[in-house]
Amino acid sequence: MVLLNDSVRAEAQKRLKGLVNPVKIVNFTQEIECQFCAETRRLMEEIAALSGKLSFEVYDFVTDKDQARKYHVDKIPATVIVGDKDYGIRFYGIPSGYEFGTVIEAIVMVSKRESGLAAATKKKLATLTKPLHLEVFVTPT
Amino acid sequence: MESDKVTADMLEAMEFPHLSQRYGVMGVPKTVANGKGVAEGALPEEYLLANIFALIEKDSGS
Repeated sequence: MVLLNDSVRAEAQKRLKGLVNPVKIVNFTQEIECQFCAETRRLMEEIAALSGKLSFEVYDFVTDKDQARKYHVDKIPATVIVGDKDYGIRFYGIPSGYEFGTVIEAIVMVSKRESGLAAATKKKLATLTKPLHLEVFVTPT
Repeated sequence: MESDKVTADMLEAMEFPHLSQRYGVMGVPKTVANGKGVAEGALPEEYLLANIFALIEKDSGS
């Protein structure tokens, strides 16, 4: 089953043409996949196939505990967007609808090493001395 | 990406109802920083940043 239709695929492919450095999509699921686990994995596989700059790894949340620990993944479905290092970007749940674009955007940002934030924001964030864990709750609209 | 201190999670609210409930997610996007709500709805970048730093300063002061 293919999740992305032709127009969405074409649009995503167009945006992924801008990729500079390789990006790894790391997905966590489990052997008996929950509904959204299976769909998320397939979606990420399909995204990874859209550009030669993208690679894909899938791990089992239960049996690949070392990987789950390495990426600090504590729930599934989980997707980590990794560049030359782990920038701490996680998607939990299936990023469908509007959030599909968010994933593509995150991939492009990591590949270009450019967050797109304002200069003042970057300056402020660089002053952080303690961990800052942000969680953004969204719904697929 | 701008600081190694930052981890950013995007969560699908319906798939993680226990977390949505814990943080009282009524509308989206809801932003939580270090386990405390800092924004409901899409805020301009500078306001969101100000809210996050206000929380950090409050937490480090107490």
